[in-house]
Amino acid sequence: MPYFVRRLIMFVVVVIFAATLNFIIPRLAPGDPISSVLEELRARGQTVQAEDDIVAVYRERFGLDKPLHEQYISYLVNTLQFDLGYSISYFPQTVESALLNALPWTIGLLAVSTFMAFALGTLLGALLAWPRAPQFLQGLIPLFMLLSAIPYYLLALLLMYVFGFLLKVLPLGGAYTSATVPSLSLPFILDVIKHGILPGLSITLAGLGFWALGMRGTMVTIQGEDYLTLAEAKGLRDRRIFFGYAVRNALLPQITALAIALGSVASGAVLVEVVFNYPGVGWLLYNALRSSDYYLIQGVAFFLVLTVALAVLVVDLIYPLLDPRIVR
Amino acid sequence: MIRKNIIQRVAHSATYMLRNPKLLLGFSLLVFLLLIGIAGPLFVDTEKARPISVPSNMPPSAEYPLGTDSGGRDILAVIVVGTPQTLRMGVLAGFFGVLLGTMLGLFAGFYGGYIDLIISGLTDTMLTIPPLAVLLVVAASVRSVSVDTMAIIIAALSWMFPARTIRAQVLSLKEQPYISMARLGGLGNFRIIIEEILPNILPLAAASFVGATSGAILAGIGLEVLGLGPQRAPTLGMTIYWALLYSALIRGMWWWWLPPILILIILFVGLFLTSAALDEYVNPRLRSKR
Repeated sequence: MPYFVRRLIMFVVVVIFAATLNFIIPRLAPGDPISSVLEELRARGQTVQAEDDIVAVYRERFGLDKPLHEQYISYLVNTLQFDLGYSISYFPQTVESALLNALPWTIGLLAVSTFMAFALGTLLGALLAWPRAPQFLQGLIPLFMLLSAIPYYLLALLLMYVFGFLLKVLPLGGAYTSATVPSLSLPFILDVIKHGILPGLSITLAGLGFWALGMRGTMVTIQGEDYLTLAEAKGLRDRRIFFGYAVRNALLPQITALAIALGSVASGAVLVEVVFNYPGVGWLLYNALRSSDYYLIQGVAFFLVLTVALAVLVVDLIYPLLDPRIVR
Repeated sequence: MIRKNIIQRVAHSATYMLRNPKLLLGFSLLVFLLLIGIAGPLFVDTEKARPISVPSNMPPSAEYPLGTDSGGRDILAVIVVGTPQTLRMGVLAGFFGVLLGTMLGLFAGFYGGYIDLIISGLTDTMLTIPPLAVLLVVAASVRSVSVDTMAIIIAALSWMFPARTIRAQVLSLKEQPYISMARLGGLGNFRIIIEEILPNILPLAAASFVGATSGAILAGIGLEVLGLGPQRAPTLGMTIYWALLYSALIRGMWWWWLPPILILIILFVGLFLTSAALDEYVNPRLRSKR
């Protein structure tokens, strides 16, 4: 089977698998899914708007009187069309519109900081193993080990305390100053950047160590390979040997690791958003959990899987550009 | 004869490990945390970890060395009670995760064919699914979890890396001449797995246990920080959750959230160093040239 087809099939399998888990797990709990959720809410003394409407929508949607396999097929079809149902706590709003509102914040934060962590970490890691790199870099290794062992959100709390509370140089949370109206003006954009520095920095710093240590490991193993000796014998400039020969080859395991690590990066970012009240998907999830908004929780979970699967697919499709051998 | 060999091997391993500074440091950190759980209750009244047992919002003082939180708990007592709880969850989840992963990896690697296709496919699929996504759906439908339930749920999602590592190792072991010898000698598949292959993958499984424990604690703390942890047990993650919920950070109550974070950092660094050292031991190619 051609490489691209295999990757696409893998993507589809992951998405269907995730939807299936979302279908099965609530059914393992006793009672029918919607009544038990609403009962729980009433027991906690929460009022639910338009309760009968929700029950009606979900009975029809789940087709609770139909046989299980029919329920499953209709659930799958709905989910794959990204029709994830209504949010209970924001009722007239659907789960997908709530997600779409939160999405730009998460993608912006995650894409920028993951890219920075990957690029910077990989470059530093490559230099760590390069004999002609400045010596002081070696002193960074223990720091990287420390950084790679600390979870994103714990680092986020520490950064927030130091820069937001003690030094008061950066805002404590949110994505923009709360009184302002989002617009595309320069002051607003600067405001957004200022609010993004701390959450972005926690994801970048916590990821940096992981990428640096991984790259260093691979660079150490390719030292002394024949093609490096040949490049030196040809009298190529040091910079060219470093980027074109050593880094280019050591990069491949890093890209593979990127595809595997994206899941934990996304989960970590969700928790960073919770710490910073950042109005992305993580914050949406936190609110959904606090109000037991079950369908929103499921929606966020499905969305997390979808994002990671998409990102892995993109990494897989870029991979042949770096290593043409893989397509054969 | 064989026994002497084993003693030599253990002695060899021990001297190697003692010379490895990473292992020594990592191990000491973990022992320090264990001591908090074992020796702590002798010096600290653990009853004070219950809500409303001491005055609330007190900064550190002679009577409450780490202060108290808004729920009326003594933070020092919370640390003494919570640290072993968190360790217990991680070790349980890590153990069952590695057990499951080792079995699946063993079957996939040894039998190959359709069994391998199914197990490897499942492993690869599960690897791309963020554990948090599945944990969320499970934790939200299983309301009110205990520390042990949480460990089991997390274990169900931490077998993929061990399964992959073990499968790769079994694939290469299977081609070793001594396996063919055993087969020619008339040993059945089951005995070959137990007597010839299992002893050779145990070090690898032990090394991945530390990594799995670390991953399990990471996942567990993540759930707890979101408020999905055991509501009644004062674990480290739940302490951070309460501190966030009562905005301890902007109220300047550093004594509430800083101690659990420091303990967790010590724990993760300790596990990371131990795991890196064990990986170097099992896979000598990783040892840096000194």
